Amino acid sequence: MNGPPVAAGAPPSVWHMYRAMVGVGLGCAVLIVSVYQFTAPAIARNRAEALRAAIFHVLPDARSSRSFRVAPGDRFEAVEGEAPAGSRLVHAGYDEGGRLVGLAVEAEGMGYQDVIRVLYGYAFERDAVIGFQVLESRETPGLGDRIETDPAFLANFEHLDVSLDETGAAPLHPVESVKHGQKQHPWQVDGITGATISSVAIAAILRNSTAWWIPRIRRSLDDFREAP
Amino acid sequence: MSDTPLWSIFVNACLINNFVLAYFLGLCPFLGVSGKLATATRMGGAVTFVMLVSSVCAFGIQQLLTAIDAPYLRLISFIAVIASTVQLVEMFIKKVSPALFRALGIFLPLITTNCAILGLALFQTNKGYDFAQCLAYALGAGAGFTLALVLMAGLREKLELAEVPDVVQGTALSLVLAGILSIAFMGFAGLGG
Amino acid sequence: MSGPLAQTPTTDEFIKGLWRDNPVFVQVLGMCPALAVSNTARNALAMGLATSFVLLMSNAVVSSLRHFIPKQVRIATYILVIATFVTVVDYAIQAVSLELHKALGAFISLIVVNCLILGRAEAFASKNGLGRSTMDALGMGLGFTVALFALGAVREMLGSGTFFGFPLFHENFQPWIVMILPSGGFFTLAGWLLVFNVRAQRRERAAALDEEALR
Repeated sequence: MNGPPVAAGAPPSVWHMYRAMVGVGLGCAVLIVSVYQFTAPAIARNRAEALRAAIFHVLPDARSSRSFRVAPGDRFEAVEGEAPAGSRLVHAGYDEGGRLVGLAVEAEGMGYQDVIRVLYGYAFERDAVIGFQVLESRETPGLGDRIETDPAFLANFEHLDVSLDETGAAPLHPVESVKHGQKQHPWQVDGITGATISSVAIAAILRNSTAWWIPRIRRSLDDFREAP
Repeated sequence: MSDTPLWSIFVNACLINNFVLAYFLGLCPFLGVSGKLATATRMGGAVTFVMLVSSVCAFGIQQLLTAIDAPYLRLISFIAVIASTVQLVEMFIKKVSPALFRALGIFLPLITTNCAILGLALFQTNKGYDFAQCLAYALGAGAGFTLALVLMAGLREKLELAEVPDVVQGTALSLVLAGILSIAFMGFAGLGG
Repeated sequence: MSGPLAQTPTTDEFIKGLWRDNPVFVQVLGMCPALAVSNTARNALAMGLATSFVLLMSNAVVSSLRHFIPKQVRIATYILVIATFVTVVDYAIQAVSLELHKALGAFISLIVVNCLILGRAEAFASKNGLGRSTMDALGMGLGFTVALFALGAVREMLGSGTFFGFPLFHENFQPWIVMILPSGGFFTLAGWLLVFNVRAQRRERAAALDEEALR
């Protein structure tokens, strides 16, 4: 222990108070900054791996990936390392030969309980969504969270038609949700009985997201061609 | 960042994801102050006020920290701001209404350790709300906290007249009440739609 | 530096946190995280250990610096120290497992307002030597972790039918969903408090009967 003990009853000098607060404050600051610097590489590595795993899950044929952000003029430019804050990102997946197999897009929207974040894979050759993964959700366990586990629901996203109309500015058939068992067209999402709101929410998320991204992606497809 | 309308954020924070009954934040005052209806209402008011001020400050701090790229200072700055706000509110209440000050007693400084306030600051940062959304969120959270507190106080005042086994009396009973209230509030889900 | 490290008082500091003064079940402190992250046994355990770490480090620092910090600024400095260690734990968990970090979410940061930690710093560490404060922190931390684990285990077993992710029952088991919902947290804690209250009452009755018998 440092410093003379303060006599009981004597008012502490202002110097003692400042010394204590500033001393402790400095010590804490040093500790925080050191730990932050020490863990930063590990955290960045974890994040990159988690993202890569999700991308490879929604784009099954991809072996490598690269992230792109939206640049002015609705073009796409590659992002290395940390993306500038607030940029909208899309991730391109390439097979072993470096050929573009598809793009993974993040989307989010309001679910039953709270916001749901998803990642879906778009294969431009098939003009469809071919993969889907829930990134973050707080849906009701056992009910709404079946959007993550129900095999019949997930099968919707093995081939979800999002082809564009002749102008190329909007999807020909916007993604819509139907009651369980009534799916007739490849752009429909078969709902889950007992988790209607959550499954309808997923369809809405995909509808809004594909309406924004797919026209832009198709227009500037060449921006993604170069493999890392 | 998100396009959620303000009323939806308010309803969400107040009813659907009520801070006390869904997120378990603010339990110490919830179980401690909800004995009497009058104290409960005033506590709710004080907490709402602190939430509003803290929310605005947290928004400002977050902008500053992003600008200087020091995210690790977030927790310390948030808690420092909350502690100062509570101190100010305490001095204000002492001056304006000494009776209220005495009634709230120890619970006023305890607002500093009220997880609800820090939770509010952290959640709104995670969700990336802009300024107007932060205000709506803080108002909703405060309203929800007050609502839960008032409901609990009403229930407990009634229960004082009922015959309850000794082993359950006190905190255990309040917790059972809270659990039932929580189930009731689940009925609001889907309202924000 | 520290007070006499006599064997008996030190072990007593450790034991009391486990049972007699258990933070969650007896003192009813630190409930917010107790209920929020105890929906599975694994999350509860992780939260308990994280809190114990912060409690241990902050108790140690507060105890070491107790003669250096004037009374007027003590709460502010305690909070500063606690917030620092919580930030450290936050980044450590992110570096070890992003998935665990997402599961615990903002509640890691909320450890800083856990009344238990500030309470121990104020009530014990500021008045006792390093050795005894460390023992106190270890005992309280362990008691807190055990309590959280008790909540988490019950909620996970009844609410998902699993334990640490391992399914316990046959497929036909219908999980009692309410247990993993917030209400289940309230009910489970009430249940455990009930158990403790019954025991306390029985002990009191036995003591009263003994007294009667002696007279």
